[in-house]
Amino acid sequence: MKVTLERAALLKALGHVHRVVERRNTIPILSNVLLQAKGQSLTLKATDLDIEITETLAADIGQAGGTTLPAHTLYDIVRKIPDGAQVFQLQALPEADFPDLSAAELTHKFALAATDLKRLIDKTQFAISTEETRYYLNGIFMHTVEVEGRTLLRAVATDGHRLARVEIPAPQGAAGMPGVIIPRKAVAEIQKLVEDAGEEVSIELSTTKARFQFGAVVMTTKLIDGTFPDYQRVIPTGNDKRLVLDKAPFAAAVDRVSTISSERGRAVKLSIAEGRLTLTVNNPDSGSATEEVEVDYDAAPIDIGFNARYLLDITQQLDSDTALIRLADPGSPTLLQDRDGAAALYVLMPMRV
Amino acid sequence: MQGGAAPAFCRDCLAPAAEGARRCAACGSPRLARHAELHDLHIAHVDCDAFYASVEKRDDPGLADKPLIVGGGKRGVVSTCCYIARTFGVRSAMPMFKALALCPNAVVMKPDMAKYVAVARRIRAAMERLTPLVEPLSIDEAFLDLAGTERLHHASPAVSLARFAGEIEREIGVTVSVGLSYCKFLAKMASDLDKPRGFAVIGRAEAREALAPLSIGRIWGVGAVARERYEADGLRTIGDVQRRGEIDMMRRWGEEGRRLWRLANGIDTRAVDPERDAKSVSSETTYDVDVADLGSLERTLYELADKVSLRLKRGDLAGRSVTLKLKTAAFQTRTRTRSGLPATQLAGRIFAVARDLLRHEATGPKFRLIGVGVADLCPASEADRGDLVDSGVAREKATERAIDALREKFGKGVIQKGLTFPPRR
Repeated sequence: MKVTLERAALLKALGHVHRVVERRNTIPILSNVLLQAKGQSLTLKATDLDIEITETLAADIGQAGGTTLPAHTLYDIVRKIPDGAQVFQLQALPEADFPDLSAAELTHKFALAATDLKRLIDKTQFAISTEETRYYLNGIFMHTVEVEGRTLLRAVATDGHRLARVEIPAPQGAAGMPGVIIPRKAVAEIQKLVEDAGEEVSIELSTTKARFQFGAVVMTTKLIDGTFPDYQRVIPTGNDKRLVLDKAPFAAAVDRVSTISSERGRAVKLSIAEGRLTLTVNNPDSGSATEEVEVDYDAAPIDIGFNARYLLDITQQLDSDTALIRLADPGSPTLLQDRDGAAALYVLMPMRV
Repeated sequence: MQGGAAPAFCRDCLAPAAEGARRCAACGSPRLARHAELHDLHIAHVDCDAFYASVEKRDDPGLADKPLIVGGGKRGVVSTCCYIARTFGVRSAMPMFKALALCPNAVVMKPDMAKYVAVARRIRAAMERLTPLVEPLSIDEAFLDLAGTERLHHASPAVSLARFAGEIEREIGVTVSVGLSYCKFLAKMASDLDKPRGFAVIGRAEAREALAPLSIGRIWGVGAVARERYEADGLRTIGDVQRRGEIDMMRRWGEEGRRLWRLANGIDTRAVDPERDAKSVSSETTYDVDVADLGSLERTLYELADKVSLRLKRGDLAGRSVTLKLKTAAFQTRTRTRSGLPATQLAGRIFAVARDLLRHEATGPKFRLIGVGVADLCPASEADRGDLVDSGVAREKATERAIDALREKFGKGVIQKGLTFPPRR
């Protein structure tokens, strides 16, 4: 096998595929990237047995063939070589040993604007759980729903303390797709790959696997084999206390008062009365902080506590400058969203303060 | 009196002893405590001598002159062995078969924890009459700080402690060893010097000298692995650490190096803290016959999780991490931990996490020991509150409460989970 290619193109392609390779592997072949030269192109493939990423790039093929090389080493070499003559010899492993994750039958296929996919993922990713015992929460749940005659594609993630739900009109071909849970590592890869993708991402999936095609890069991932909980049940519908506030000053105030809170807990108390919101953090070890912001509120006064970090995570995801927070009581889930538009919706569990 | 004279008193009748006397002038006892700083030191470490064995011997005088080993079953380890058994080389934590090879005539008894706990409680109560500053380390040892108790007891801490040791011996029937010093580290070292029925004093003046010849492994927190690392660096004895500078030790070993250096030089500012919180709650068991079968392991695991849960509930505690411990037939220990969990004290939840960990490990090898522990402890009020997707917790909590209440009333056997029954053949 003999291949000549442009360094920059190879570096970019390796940059896409090598990340999926674990730094430490008990199975040696998994440390390697598969290279296959055929016709006018070179195909690179890397996998951790859960995710597989392939990329095809144009190359000058002297002699067709295939091999596998240590992925991180190869990437580092390509990254470091200037133009000029260097010779590196690497220990290869046979092409035939390389595992194939190729999916059996992918039953549903549709295309999504790259910006839409990015939105679905960026706005829900922060709520993914890392708790292994509830493994079915370790990813983003993608599925379609019928709402008032329209079909929507929804992404939902939750760790039990907060829940994020973002939706877009379902693209052609998505209706009737099985609900799938995309694992967090695949989510992180999609976030990176979508940056270099073209306008559109093509998605194929079945109940066990999903494939995302970003131009020349194809990522195939196993899906989490579990049942995502009935999240609709926990989205409150009867929260009648409406709090409308300017997002930026509110977030800044939360950030400021939480400076004083201890690492664990980080509870901030929101005392809401007519037109006024008082933020308080009490830390028996270091002191207390109070700040007032003006808000739009005319329901009965309420005191409620939240994890400051979670409040900030959510306000960061909101698009508009004005946020709508709907409360019930200090012990019940609270709803947060942009004032206009419910395309993205967040639920937050309060903390005792 | 001359400047260098060391005060002394009789440990039996507590009468002061004259300088240079070898026996008590009042009662004739040779057990005199003498030390230059005797009446200035107030931090003590009290350790019962061969506690479980002593209790058994107290209750059965026929055992008095026999080597006695208290420990679990044929396959278990030695929990405690009496001083006669120790002369044969038997040590605690030694596998039973090894102990019996060394001392085939030993009488082996299964531990009767309920009895030991009752005895330990009486000893603890006696300690608390001496001072409110009692920091228990385990069932049979504790640190005591007797600072400021002189006027209450009309005696120096040293005399109060000797009186206490005598009372325990007469009234409860087991012996204790007392280590007296100016800090916890040296008090603990001292209690070990003169065992059993000992009374050892390490003063400020000789602290460094007393520590110098001891192995670095004697320092609290330095286990076998750490000791090897230090030895590779030329630190074999505590004296080796003393010869290094503090900065030197910090450079090489960081914060831990500093701690070692300070302890090696007799600097220990930790206060005796009666409310030092438990860091973890755990329970383990050794099988009579090695077990590989997942079902059997799971049944044992549930019982252990149940025990841990009960102790958490009694202490009003909960934890955020669960550790599974296994020892293979080849004596290789494996621990697997899952942390960052929602805080829990429920047996079912602890078991679920431990079982998940077990399923990755129980893939064929035989195990001789299994254990489960809960750490990252927090108050029970922060636990099992459920969250957005966990709505079942209230039910689980109510179920376990009901089961606990039944057991409290009718005994542990009254109600059991189906999974603890072995499958029918």
